[in-house]
Amino acid sequence: MGEPLAEIDTDKATMEMQALSEGVLRKILVQEGESAPLGQLIAVVGTPDEDISSLLSEAPAKAAPAEKQPEPAAQPASRTPAAAPETNGRQQAPQESSQSGRMIVSPLAARMAAEAGVDLKSLQGSGPGGRIIKRDIEAAMSQSKAAPGGTFPRSVEPLKFQQAQVATASPYRDEPSSEIRRVIARRLVTSLGPVPHFFLTSEIEMDRAAEMRRGINALDPDLKISINDIIIKVVAVALVQHPAVNASFQDKFIRYYEHADIGVAVAIEDGLITPVVRAADQKSLSQIAGEVRELAERAKTRKLKPEEYTGATFSVSNLGMFGIDEFTAIINPPESGILAVGAMTPKPVVRNDEVVVKQMMRVTMSCDHRVIDGATGAKFLQTVKKMLENPLYLVV
Amino acid sequence: MATITIREALNQAIREELARDERVFLMGEEVAAYNGAYKVTKGLLDEFGPKRVIDTPITELGFAGLGVGAAMVGLRPIVEFITFNFSILATDQIVNSAAKMLYMSGGQYNIPIVFRGPGGSAYQVSSQHSQAIESWFAYFPGLKVVMPSTPADAKGLLKSAIRDDDPVIFIEQERMYGNKGEVPDDPDFTIPLGVADIKREGTDVTIVARSLMVPIALKAADKLQEQGVSCEVIDPRTIRPLDIDTIIESVKKTNRVVLAEESHPVCGINAEISAAIMERAMDFLDAPVKRVSGIDVPMPYAKNLEDLVVPDVDRVIAAVREVAYLD
Repeated sequence: MGEPLAEIDTDKATMEMQALSEGVLRKILVQEGESAPLGQLIAVVGTPDEDISSLLSEAPAKAAPAEKQPEPAAQPASRTPAAAPETNGRQQAPQESSQSGRMIVSPLAARMAAEAGVDLKSLQGSGPGGRIIKRDIEAAMSQSKAAPGGTFPRSVEPLKFQQAQVATASPYRDEPSSEIRRVIARRLVTSLGPVPHFFLTSEIEMDRAAEMRRGINALDPDLKISINDIIIKVVAVALVQHPAVNASFQDKFIRYYEHADIGVAVAIEDGLITPVVRAADQKSLSQIAGEVRELAERAKTRKLKPEEYTGATFSVSNLGMFGIDEFTAIINPPESGILAVGAMTPKPVVRNDEVVVKQMMRVTMSCDHRVIDGATGAKFLQTVKKMLENPLYLVV
Repeated sequence: MATITIREALNQAIREELARDERVFLMGEEVAAYNGAYKVTKGLLDEFGPKRVIDTPITELGFAGLGVGAAMVGLRPIVEFITFNFSILATDQIVNSAAKMLYMSGGQYNIPIVFRGPGGSAYQVSSQHSQAIESWFAYFPGLKVVMPSTPADAKGLLKSAIRDDDPVIFIEQERMYGNKGEVPDDPDFTIPLGVADIKREGTDVTIVARSLMVPIALKAADKLQEQGVSCEVIDPRTIRPLDIDTIIESVKKTNRVVLAEESHPVCGINAEISAAIMERAMDFLDAPVKRVSGIDVPMPYAKNLEDLVVPDVDRVIAAVREVAYLD
């Protein structure tokens, strides 16, 4: 009694759940990292020799107990898909709405949910006896336009992606999305479409980077390192230092990539394509320069293979050569971010209380807010700025 | 187009077909000298004479059998029952002779006969003379069953029924003879059997109604429109063969169905349509199919009770609101 049993991650807070009765933990039904709707049996506490088999057999779909878990905070309209406070299944009074605990769904609603990838368990039916009907699915779909066409295609996409990329794409690890991550995702897409963008802009002093470029190219004119190559390298290194940005939102989990595969936006006739520099964080500037040049060349003649222009973890788009000072770029899903690079121009700036002229460049990062929060993105951008202003970081 | 009553439309159809094909003849109780118990056959004796328009004794089984025999030897009889309540006496000839002759003769004898007359709820004629028995006939393979709800449908369908080579049960609603509507003047205007008509298009709920229930469903749809519910009203017009495709298509669009009929609920046409919807459009249903039928009792004589038995606009509205989850 009173002993902590689990930590429950709701959309608002993480709460400790304490045992409400004496006994030992006999069975854990919902594993760490999994989510459960309000009222679902998540574990069984009992005496060591108690027969819990009947409890377990009716467990999975058990309805919510009669008394409702007080919602932790304001926002009265939102439901809290958190685990129930009850751990002792014997105390669960059957709720009259979904009598046997069986979910009641109209055939149409069931089909719509399957097609749209809507999780019926997360819904509260508005029909008689709690029946889930068409309008409930429509409401859920308009709420979570998370993935185009719902979550079903989403679970398929990454699979294809993996298959196409086995040889070259970055390895990754998937971690279950936390409840708060999922709520943020659900809420943001209702206002901004499937990938809720936000933007961070930074002005970067590029004198040292430009100097480094000149120095390297002086060593060997054939190297033809561009400022953009340096930006790609810096972004890649920064991404590995900020794994939270080198990630992809996959609804139920977030995929963290080991390497930074950088998509480089290349303008081609009537379009745009983003060939990918694989593991740019591990490649030298000359390798990156050579690869970008070669990929861009083939991009313009449309000779790229699909695996050469898909599956980046982050992208860089540079319109500096068109004299654009700054712009915002659109994220290429399932990536989580793209860096829009403006032109490098001499500008008066204040250094040590004196006005001096420096090569300034403005970059704007578009972030997928489902994965990246403002501070996360800002810290990443800070690293990018620091490294571009002091490119020696690349060699230390 | 002329605006005429269902009674006049039926009269036109019979007259035109009598004139068009000399094998067609009409017989029944009071059809000739009395001009028909409901005046559907008015003037036909004068125009076509006693060989084509024949009064019979009160012997339903007898003259129904006479008709089947005439059809076997190449004539095209129209047999009128004063009401379909009396067809009950003739059911042996209808279901055992007319319906089965083509099959049992190995295709040698087709029976081009129409059994027609009023049916369904009448006004205060009590249990034996006020009932809808179409599902009896629709049960048997070999019969076609038609139930028009407008003057145009009545004329177009009756002409098709008379020209059809199989036995057709043609049930006119007793309360609807005086209903008016526009009917095309073209003497060759016909409506094919087995084709439903969408009487009103809508998006939220499909109401399948026939005969007396069609105007009631349309009134209900008007009122529901004011409540923000868009109803599609489908009149199958022919009960057998049933144009289930049109109904299924509508259900796929609206996802909700109300079936309205004045007959008893048990083993009725609504039950059949409901099963077909379940078999073919289960995954499109957002609510159980709702049936509105006559109350499951013999028709009372008392006016107040009779009004309670026959489905009305309010019952249809309540059913629609139920399947649309509005209450």
